[in-house]
Amino acid sequence: MKRINLPLDLDTIKSLRAGEKVYISGEVYTARDAAHKRFYEAVNSGAQLPIDIKGATIYYTGPAPTKPGDVCGVAGPTTSYRMDKYTPMLLAMGLKGIIGKGKRSKEVIDCLVKNNAVYFAAVGGAAALTLKCITASEVIAYDDLGTEAVRRMTFKDFPVFVAVDSYGNSVY
Amino acid sequence: MRVINTEQIKNCVKDMLLKANISIDEKYINYMKNAADAETNETAREILNILIENNNYAIEKQVPLCQDTGMAVIFLNIGQDVRIEGDYLYDAVNEGVRQAYEEGYLRKSVVSCPLRRINTKTNTPAVIHTQIVKGDKIHIAVMPKGFGSENSGGVGMLTPAAGEEGVIDFVCDTVLKAGSNPCPPIVVGVGIGGTMEKAALISKEALLREPLEASKDEYIAQLEQKILRKINESNIGPAGLGGKTTALAVYIETYPTHIAGLPVAVSISCHAIRHLERTI
Repeated sequence: MKRINLPLDLDTIKSLRAGEKVYISGEVYTARDAAHKRFYEAVNSGAQLPIDIKGATIYYTGPAPTKPGDVCGVAGPTTSYRMDKYTPMLLAMGLKGIIGKGKRSKEVIDCLVKNNAVYFAAVGGAAALTLKCITASEVIAYDDLGTEAVRRMTFKDFPVFVAVDSYGNSVY
Repeated sequence: MRVINTEQIKNCVKDMLLKANISIDEKYINYMKNAADAETNETAREILNILIENNNYAIEKQVPLCQDTGMAVIFLNIGQDVRIEGDYLYDAVNEGVRQAYEEGYLRKSVVSCPLRRINTKTNTPAVIHTQIVKGDKIHIAVMPKGFGSENSGGVGMLTPAAGEEGVIDFVCDTVLKAGSNPCPPIVVGVGIGGTMEKAALISKEALLREPLEASKDEYIAQLEQKILRKINESNIGPAGLGGKTTALAVYIETYPTHIAGLPVAVSISCHAIRHLERTI
């Protein structure tokens, strides 16, 4: 069982190969369609992002509401290609890890290689099981977006597959 | 005239949505267990087992099995000898949806305007399809439709010359293009005939088919098998990571059409194929 810790360092990134299963621990930011659109607009208008993107890992998810007694609602991955338009910009700004599901555009894959970053796929639909490995979650930006708000989430051994490695190899 | 109060309809919609979001029909679970045993690809087997384990854990914890608890699609087949009493019918249905998503800790995923995109925070409105049928009962089906799979559907206005081969190619192309996005293994609903919107509607209704039943029309049943085999030769596999189990079933519904046309629509569901129905 291969375990890796966030933030991702260069050695870890270069050691990952498409297809292998790894367990991730550490902090990620959640962001999906609406938050990405705001990131994009913020950067294009010269404003600051609400997260420190350098070295960060973003998880594409919109959690269900949290049940009393739990730290987070179920939060499986959402389909990644919808973020393709915004991803090259974030990779150029220092984003190192992405967790989602499904194929990416050629442009995104090229930018992963160019910027030494990795794209992971979590198992689509297996959201209930994520409750076992998300140990903390708090909204840190765009609260008005509801489920699409940006959260800081802590993982403990969150299972993913390396979908596109930093050499451009893809599992799809 | 039989009288049915909208309170009963509201409660029925709510109750079914709460249940449908938590577990997968046992027949599909058993099918996935057998499929896992038949997989020679180690990752494929692992993914199928994870999805089965996820279903068990959702039931144990009473949480939705997927965070995308969908847009609520509601099918109402209303007997023409029923008189509906109480609130406006669609208000009652939407109230049932609202209460289910609030009380069940289900995600609110609906935006009011598709371009301005403000979340309604209630998961309403639902998409409601109403049909008048014979009799004095109301048949209600609920389908919380996730959009990873919904975005993967499509409609093709083929020509009569395209024929059966054209239909097979269109359905398979749509599924192959979707790849891993709709959370395979998937269930494929196909609507053939009618007009553009009729084909789309019956492709969605096809997903309500009794699990793993073949079409009662022998010719169509064979076409379902042909398409299923072809999809499963694609090696998309569970979660798109390769394997033999890309689709669990293909269900085709047909409707008479025009001499000039051959409309085909594809509605895709993820492996959870969430829906419940009840007659009141």
